[in-house]
Amino acid sequence: MEQYSITLLVLLLPLAAFLFLGLFGNRFKPLTAGLIATIEMAATTVIAYFTAFKYFTSDRLADGTFATCIPFDHVWLPFGKTLTFNMGILLDPISVMMLIVITTVSLMVHVYSLGYMKGEKGFQRYFAFLSLFTMSMLGLVVATNIFQMYLFWELVGVSSYLLIGFYYTKPSAIAASKKAFIVTRFADLGFLIGILIYGYYVGSYSFEYSVHIKAIAAAGTVIPLALGLMIIGGAGKSAMFPFHLWLPDAMEGPTPVSALIHAATMVVAGVYLIARLFPLFIGYAPDVLHIAGYVGAFTALFAAVIACVQTDIKRVLAFSTISQIGFMIVALGVSTSTDPHHGGLGYMASMFHLFTHAMFKALLFLGAGAVIHAVHSNEMKDMGGLRKYMRVTHFTFLIACLAIAGIPPFSGFFSKDEILVATFMFSPVMGYLMTFIAGLTAFYMFRLYYNIFWAKPCELKAGHDGHVHTPHEAPAVMTVPLVILAALTCVVGYIVPFGKFISSDGSAYHIHIDLKVAVTSIVVAVIGIGIARVMYRGASRKIADGLERNFGLLYRAAVKRFYIDEIYQFITHKIIFALISKPVAWFDRHVVDAFFDGLAWIAHVAAAKIKGLQSGNVQSYAVVFLWGIIAIMAALLFITFGVFWLL
Amino acid sequence: MNYSQILLMRPELSLIALIVFYLLYDLIAGEKGRKYFHLVVSLGLVAHIAYNLCPTGAVSISEGMYLSSPIIGIVKTILTFGTLIVVMQSDLWLKREDTVIRRGEFYVITLFTLLGMFYMVSSGHFLLFFIGLEMASVPMSCLVAFNKYNHESVEAAAKYVLSALFSSGLMMFGISFIYGLNGSLYFNDLLQTITASPAQIMALVFFTAGLGFKLSLVPFHLWTADVYEGAPTNVTGYLSVVSKGAVAFVTLTILLKVFVPLLGEWQQMMWWMIVASITIANLFAIRQKNIKRFFAFSSISQAGYIMLAAICATPVAMTSLVYYVIVYMVANLAVFGIISVVEQRSNGKVGISDYDGFYQTNPKLAFVMTIALFSLAGIPPFAGFFSKIFVFWAAFKAGFWVLVFIALLNTILSLYYYLLIVKAMYITPNDNPITHFKSDGYTRVSLVLCLIGVLVLGIVSSVFGILNAYSFGL
Repeated sequence: MEQYSITLLVLLLPLAAFLFLGLFGNRFKPLTAGLIATIEMAATTVIAYFTAFKYFTSDRLADGTFATCIPFDHVWLPFGKTLTFNMGILLDPISVMMLIVITTVSLMVHVYSLGYMKGEKGFQRYFAFLSLFTMSMLGLVVATNIFQMYLFWELVGVSSYLLIGFYYTKPSAIAASKKAFIVTRFADLGFLIGILIYGYYVGSYSFEYSVHIKAIAAAGTVIPLALGLMIIGGAGKSAMFPFHLWLPDAMEGPTPVSALIHAATMVVAGVYLIARLFPLFIGYAPDVLHIAGYVGAFTALFAAVIACVQTDIKRVLAFSTISQIGFMIVALGVSTSTDPHHGGLGYMASMFHLFTHAMFKALLFLGAGAVIHAVHSNEMKDMGGLRKYMRVTHFTFLIACLAIAGIPPFSGFFSKDEILVATFMFSPVMGYLMTFIAGLTAFYMFRLYYNIFWAKPCELKAGHDGHVHTPHEAPAVMTVPLVILAALTCVVGYIVPFGKFISSDGSAYHIHIDLKVAVTSIVVAVIGIGIARVMYRGASRKIADGLERNFGLLYRAAVKRFYIDEIYQFITHKIIFALISKPVAWFDRHVVDAFFDGLAWIAHVAAAKIKGLQSGNVQSYAVVFLWGIIAIMAALLFITFGVFWLL
Repeated sequence: MNYSQILLMRPELSLIALIVFYLLYDLIAGEKGRKYFHLVVSLGLVAHIAYNLCPTGAVSISEGMYLSSPIIGIVKTILTFGTLIVVMQSDLWLKREDTVIRRGEFYVITLFTLLGMFYMVSSGHFLLFFIGLEMASVPMSCLVAFNKYNHESVEAAAKYVLSALFSSGLMMFGISFIYGLNGSLYFNDLLQTITASPAQIMALVFFTAGLGFKLSLVPFHLWTADVYEGAPTNVTGYLSVVSKGAVAFVTLTILLKVFVPLLGEWQQMMWWMIVASITIANLFAIRQKNIKRFFAFSSISQAGYIMLAAICATPVAMTSLVYYVIVYMVANLAVFGIISVVEQRSNGKVGISDYDGFYQTNPKLAFVMTIALFSLAGIPPFAGFFSKIFVFWAAFKAGFWVLVFIALLNTILSLYYYLLIVKAMYITPNDNPITHFKSDGYTRVSLVLCLIGVLVLGIVSSVFGILNAYSFGL
């Protein structure tokens, strides 16, 4: 255990950077502050890699699994006799993998931000919050118990709110971050109640289930309820239907932040949560897990359809993220046992996809950021033909698109294939559905790709100084992260023998490609790409426009994201405000006041002597007071004795 | 009676010494000495806190009329700390032309109310309790009326006096019932004689209504918004935090010491009052335009959360309650400190819309305000999150699932309206924002203290642990 002492630095370094930059950031030049944060992040990344290397090269236990290491588990608060809130670090295959994912993407985003955010106001603060976010996310994945996870879970929400809302001066961005904050808080309500129930019945929050196996078994029937409630929290963070609506709006924030938060880290917290609780789900609540899987499948389809018609490139990526997370949830949801050879494949597939998706989706966002940086717009119509101007971005973006579409040998193919295999094992219908969604994914990603880099050349607009700007490639500090992520996307699929390290029961599992599934999915993906090419590559968009005309209703519905936002708007504004808040206010103003005014009038007459006092209302306050007492007393006596006249 | 026993009332005696000293200081110190009055008062309170910091053992004077225990000592220290913060924040206000000559009165009256609260939390007899309560509330109305040339302040004081008298009368009615039915007012005796008979329940309801008035729980809350709005801002802060904290603590101790046989009735009654307080106050807070009124409703709903701990009547609940009070104190006093300094520096701006664009001109104050609001809304890693978790957990463990669920739903509603202020400060454009100003040294120190409290109290878990260790002794 002692050999992992250094892992504590993974949390402490970002925290130190946050405090340092938060307190003294403004004393430094912006670039210096940025470099401090970046160097700190690089050190954190090195430590994370070191930990991972050590962990995965250590000897396996007798049953072929890696030992779960808990180098730190500090009793933070003894609450009650048995229950304690702990803070610590837990290392097991998935948390170590998440360490790698988070630090890698975060480092890339740090470097990229040096270029992308250059000259923005509040540069130092931005990096301080970036460190805070990284710290919270790392704290979440290494949590030793559910409570610590919840704590960092909320902290992740706060820091992402700060990162977008406090840095950005755009009102829409702040409104969006507020929306994200409140929607996810709402979902977290479920999480918290689930935690309370779980703690109450099991008496421990620890993730070491084997220690508390008796208590868990004794709590049997409430475990599904607790887990179901916790999953709601997961659905909120991971933007599953019906909580998905915050994610597209959150795209108003700066693009590197989206790459970090909305592609690779925070949004997969829900998937990670389910993976963490996986043994409990399999043991006590498989039905809950399957329901989550169905919701995931629906979300994947729903988001993919919407992604096909969005015109803002970041929103396309946002819906794509929702859809891909749906894939991960489906993979977990179709698991039926912890044996990877019999129904437990999905666990590995899900984690694998999480891993590869983090890389290529971060790459896509950062690439989109470079494009936005070049053309100063998020809209597809302002782009086109950019391949000539931005060669590096074009090339890396293409790799990411191929990866997400599931074309070998890029990483996405391998992980998606495992998901499809797992799904086919569970139910062929769902397998075909997911294959179809994979095809849709290929279509909308290449629609995006062709619209940005091919199609008609974009109209060159005159800048402020009068002469025409041609879009130019981003500076090296931005393209280098792109190239690194692209390289990772090319290799992680087959270089890393993923199943050897992570599988549902911990033992080594050799990934093998199921030829039938693989060929089907490749064919479907190629068809999707082909359709996109025919429709969007050329300068004219006859077919696309024709389709939009012919399927007008569906198209418009999809553009409007199936009116989900409007429905929420309707519920909150029309129903809650109009039907509850306003009537309460009206009731208060007219009925209550009038009633008590009447009573007060009686009191008035009786107390004519103090009428000279200018306060018109204090008498009615007293009357309410009195009636309050009488009502409470009547109710209490009625409840206790059933009758009044015993008095 | 052995009069040397009186010497055991250490916090009270040192406070009385301070009061006498300030009275004399006000008389004797000339124009020059008065300049340092504020410093002297602040340091005196710091000395008082230091002197009484170490919790004493259990004390019982004159057959249990006056009781003290470590947790009671801690509560007194917390109340003194809150008073210190309020006093510090009032420097700017007390330098105004109409208040500067009366500043000595302000200090002395404030300390008198504090003394009343001390006796209230230490009481082991209903009469001492009632005297303490009145001692805390009668001078309070003088404080509410302290801006005596201000129409609203005087009106608020009149409302406060009338409502307080009314509630005290009803409470006295309840106490007289208790005496009539049980033949004693000592808490120790009552525990054995109280039974769940209708008349006893009636006494409980009248008594609780009086407490509910002080805590401003629905339906006894109607005075709150008017009084909070009209009172001088610093006094509002004092009312909303220190006075409320003392009564909240007393509510739970009296419940545990006296009304245990009526626990079921108490819980049924509280259940509805908590739900009504939290929900109604939250719904009304959304509509408010005046920031002091806004925080009046916010404090009503916070009182509901405090009572969430009081409903379960367990030692852990006691810890959670005291902890909640501390955390609420630092966050709310940070808010009122800012409201006060803004009001003084901007010629009395107290509308929420006046805070539009506040961040552009006064980023640091806006930042402190935001953190305090986050804490009030219960967002980690700020202390408010932990205090909420603890009361929820205590209530949950006592079996109040539905209640916890309703309270949790309300936290989201409260997050919404607290963020409304954040939004006003950071986003809403304003052509004419509050201009940039430098806040005075006292306010700064007090805000830093509050900020440290908000940031540290939650993360340093030993605070809760220490409270928990003492509250078992009760």
